[in-house]
Amino acid sequence: MEISLPTFDFLVVAPEIVVLITALLVMVVDMVIGREQKGRLAWVALVGVLAAGALSYYLWDGSDPALHDMLAADGYALFLNLAILVAAALAILFSLEYTGRVGLAQGEYYTLLLLSTAGMMLMAAAINLMTIFLALEILSISLYVLVGLNRAERRSAEAALKYFVLGAFASGFLLYGMALIYGQAGTTSLAGIRAAVQAGGEPSALLLVGLGLMIAGFGFKVALVPFQMWTPDVYQGAPTSVTAFMSVGAKVAGFAALGRVALYAFGDLQGDWRWVLAVLSALTMTVGNLAALRQANLKRMLAYSSIAHAGYALAGLAAGNAQGTSGLLFYLFAYAFMNAGAFAIIIAAGRFEGATGGGETLDDFAGLAARKPGLAVAMALFMLSLAGVPPLAGFLAKLYVFGAAVRGGLIWLAVFGVVNSVISAYYYLRVVVSMYMREGRPAAVPAPVCAGLQVGVALAAVAIVLLGLWPGPIVDLARVAALALLGG
Amino acid sequence: MLLDYVWLIPLFPLAGVLINAFLGRWLPRRLVAAIASLAIVASFAMAAVLFFQMLGLPAEAEGGGAGRQRIVPIFSWIVSGDFVVEANILLDPLSIVMALVVTGVSALIHIYSAGYMAGEEYHNRYFTWLNLFVFMMLILVLGDSFLTMYVGWEGVGLCSYLLIGYWFERESAANAAKKAFLVNRVGDFGLALGIMLIFATFGSVAFGQVLPAAASIPAGTATAIALLLFLGAAGKSAQIPLHVWLPDAMEGPTPVSALIHAATMVTAGVYMVARTHALFEVSLSALNWVMWIGALTAFLAATVALVQKDIKRVLAYSTISQLGYMFLALGAGAYAAAIFHLATHAFFKGLLFLGAGSVMHALSGELDIFKMGELRKKLPWTFRTFLIGVLALSGVPFFSGFFSKEAILSGAFEGGAIVPWLLGLVTAGLTAFYAFRVLFVAFYGKSRLDKKVERHVHESPWVMIVPMALLAVLAFAGGYIGLPRVLGIGSAVEEFLAPVFADSTLVHTAGEATLEWLLIGLSVVAVAAGILAAWWIYVRNWGLAGRLTQSARRLYDLAFAGYHADRAYMEAIVQPLRMLGEGLAGAVEQRSIDRAVNGVGELVGLAGEGLRRLQTGLVRNYALAMFLGVVAILAYFVLRGVLSW
Amino acid sequence: MPADYLPILFFAVVAVVLSAIAVLMPALFGPKRPTSVKLAPYESGKLPIGPARRRFSIQYYLYAVLFILFDVEIVFLFPWAVVFRDLAPRWLGLAEAAVFVLILLLGLAYVWKKGGLEWE
Repeated sequence: MEISLPTFDFLVVAPEIVVLITALLVMVVDMVIGREQKGRLAWVALVGVLAAGALSYYLWDGSDPALHDMLAADGYALFLNLAILVAAALAILFSLEYTGRVGLAQGEYYTLLLLSTAGMMLMAAAINLMTIFLALEILSISLYVLVGLNRAERRSAEAALKYFVLGAFASGFLLYGMALIYGQAGTTSLAGIRAAVQAGGEPSALLLVGLGLMIAGFGFKVALVPFQMWTPDVYQGAPTSVTAFMSVGAKVAGFAALGRVALYAFGDLQGDWRWVLAVLSALTMTVGNLAALRQANLKRMLAYSSIAHAGYALAGLAAGNAQGTSGLLFYLFAYAFMNAGAFAIIIAAGRFEGATGGGETLDDFAGLAARKPGLAVAMALFMLSLAGVPPLAGFLAKLYVFGAAVRGGLIWLAVFGVVNSVISAYYYLRVVVSMYMREGRPAAVPAPVCAGLQVGVALAAVAIVLLGLWPGPIVDLARVAALALLGG
Repeated sequence: MLLDYVWLIPLFPLAGVLINAFLGRWLPRRLVAAIASLAIVASFAMAAVLFFQMLGLPAEAEGGGAGRQRIVPIFSWIVSGDFVVEANILLDPLSIVMALVVTGVSALIHIYSAGYMAGEEYHNRYFTWLNLFVFMMLILVLGDSFLTMYVGWEGVGLCSYLLIGYWFERESAANAAKKAFLVNRVGDFGLALGIMLIFATFGSVAFGQVLPAAASIPAGTATAIALLLFLGAAGKSAQIPLHVWLPDAMEGPTPVSALIHAATMVTAGVYMVARTHALFEVSLSALNWVMWIGALTAFLAATVALVQKDIKRVLAYSTISQLGYMFLALGAGAYAAAIFHLATHAFFKGLLFLGAGSVMHALSGELDIFKMGELRKKLPWTFRTFLIGVLALSGVPFFSGFFSKEAILSGAFEGGAIVPWLLGLVTAGLTAFYAFRVLFVAFYGKSRLDKKVERHVHESPWVMIVPMALLAVLAFAGGYIGLPRVLGIGSAVEEFLAPVFADSTLVHTAGEATLEWLLIGLSVVAVAAGILAAWWIYVRNWGLAGRLTQSARRLYDLAFAGYHADRAYMEAIVQPLRMLGEGLAGAVEQRSIDRAVNGVGELVGLAGEGLRRLQTGLVRNYALAMFLGVVAILAYFVLRGVLSW
Repeated sequence: MPADYLPILFFAVVAVVLSAIAVLMPALFGPKRPTSVKLAPYESGKLPIGPARRRFSIQYYLYAVLFILFDVEIVFLFPWAVVFRDLAPRWLGLAEAAVFVLILLLGLAYVWKKGGLEWE
């Protein structure tokens, strides 16, 4: 008997492989270099991420499924790769000085960051329940450790434990859902599941229950209500640079897989799942925004805000049409810049407080405009963009998803979204008001802001302005990516 | 073609913004003011040139020509499949009139600000924001799609917010800014929904594609769209019940009140309704809403203005009332009259605010008119210009306000809206009363000034007087572009704007000459009665006012408090929302954490394993929530399956 | 179709029954000769009673985890070795396993270098 091995199409997964090799490289380099040289690891990681980004873009025109229908490098995966790599690159830039200040083990930090990035990218490319689950675990386990990496901080360890326990719980749901689906469809390939869904006239109960469980599993990753309760504790407890990364990357990855499963594998059962997603979306944005209203700690506020944004983005998915899908993709891309950027300012503000844990409250931001005008302008841009003020990226992103919801017949959801945006303006603007209109105390530690962080913040700020004024190219990419998924 | 260079109009203010934002800190203060003012003057000059160019074109589109309408492409903002938004400029009589008014009044107020704000600390920031405001306002009136208009709409809102809160050290200013922003967001929310609905209905957001197709959509949809748009207009233009932010907005510097909260931004709603009148006309009920809200606002705000003591609050309520007039005109289909009044109001109300600013400048910030008196002699130039403003506002014949108010009232009457017309007529009398009340109390009689203040009274510098004088000229002469039809000469502004409103289906037959004269006579009588009453109470029988107030205490208090609109909002909306927010934060935050913390205390006492218990306790709660979520989702799927069978 | 839901009911029943059996069987049939040591729950050789916040050596768990890791490696390599002759092309099979082992070796080197194999 002869067993023919799958042809290993390296090119299809080249970006993921590059990131993985870089992760191993960082680990090896970390072993051989001296303590005072650890700062250079960041640059190794950054080069790897940028190379992966370039490869993703180079691969753009798409290719066939690779590795026995396990992974695909279609437009959908590649577009999301870009968003994930943006988050990773920004996170690395934001970590340059922060890791040293907080005392994180840099070798492990960057290795795990890259591994987690690879997991996210694999999740976007996965077209099989097996690979989806493996990718999810790669990204999750790395994140669990990253969240708890700040061993000097008790909150960090607490956050890691909570995240881990609940994450395992959610993985259980996900896995059970997959098992049920496999039981009915007889295959773990999404294409096979799609065929099984199309074959049966009546939707099979096993498939639907399986889908429901999977929605819960992904809902945990992207923080949908009621699977969101870990978010504030974890985001607040984790090292801020990790929060910046995971608040974007994990959400992108979760939406990537949820989108593939719902829109592609279960595309024909849209009538069954869209109401679940629509209600979850409305709930998520409302709970996130209302809870964010009274937060004085910015990390916690942004955690609730990120819950609300998961709700907005989900509206695009619930719309169930091509416009909604491309809207979701554009949303995630824009969100990567504005949310990571906002956390970066918190990292920078912490620098002036000397000890760790400072620079997180609204009071710490009072009068920032006078002390650090550049940072204040950037933060104002991020806040306004998150609030959805035109002509910034966040406005267009909301316009796309809500517009898609209206088109998809979910007018009430769009109304919910707009009302929620109005509410959210309050707490975003509070930050702006605090920076510009309140007297602040002078910085405890008058220190310059790290150059790498400045570059990252500037890039993110420019990106959200550009995306708002000239979104054409990215919107076109998102459309191609959506069509790659929906076929058409 | 010179008209293709219309983009220069907004470009100048934008250049001013960039220069002052990035270099302002290192430039001398006078240079900052000069750059900002010059940018607007240049922009005005450009608008004026284009205006005269346009006059040279045929009014009607004929022989393939576009007439006086022109779409100047700037760049493609969003191109995404079937969703295309071009950031183009729409140049037509309506937008050029708006551009002229905006840049003209802005230019004068910028120059005035150079004097008024000379001593302020954040000088460059003020001028940056002021320039940014003009830029955004120009985007609003020049954009050729709902989305570009929306960008400008939000932009002016943001600038207004920043400028109201300019003296943010004062808590009242910071609060007023927040209030203005929030109330405006309510309106913006309507506008945003309206635009979405427009896109869903027409598949486009460009004026050129939506408005001509308006007649073909069902009346129900049109009503929904029009009312949503009007919600936006009511927010921005401070119409009942969204008017509450404007009186508080007076916390901003007075030139800001003059420019943003009297002359330009607050008229954006009027502009929008005029621009989209095609949508409103499909649904007569929407037009009726506009008219009635306008008439009621005009009347109620005027009654509140009667009793205010703060000079800027009188003017603020007066602005609300005058904007009500404009909406009354729009609702009656007298679009040109509304735009005409918008222009004259910009002149005279801008002037009155600048006058009030000049008074404050002289009196070390005093605002209470009952602590003024006899300013006529101390501030001669301020008095003269203020007098012209009052005459124009009151609608005294031969002043600009007279002509534009006449156009509105006769338009309403001929449109068959008798009750709104009557409200407008009464309001005209009230307007004359409160305008002259301010004049008599502040500028006549005996001085009631603080001794300390009195020593420092001084007339404002020329850099403030000259813009006031120029505005005074406009406030007098601006009316002659729109003479009443009955004179037989024809209204220039109406003829100029005619192509924009040519598609209107509301036909106004000019009334008979006798009727027209009768209408004019009636409003002159109302105005004269108002002035006489003010003179009787505040000049002839000083002290009568106090007795009158006593005898109608309750009514007075009611009006003085603006019919308690603020309190109503506070109790009906703000408090419940706050409670909800606190409740939710409580449920999620305090209760779980508090309980956990309290629980720690007990547990430590019991088992000494507090921290561990705390963690597992919370995680268990979280897990429970997740589990319930899963159950709910599965229940939905299962029930759905069972029910469908 | 309600019949569609029968498998779910079946799963649920099986799950409940199996776990019930697992709990009840020993209780019913197991011999009971309790001593104090036997009654104590087994906790990897640690004393199960006492304050939970007591410090304990992480080393033990590190070894356990490493052992499982390399144990699983064998689980993967064993079937590969069995069918190695049938793989086509054979060099690719060798290369892939080599990459797998290489990554694991890197991990081992990392643990070694970081002192994970030292006992105190």
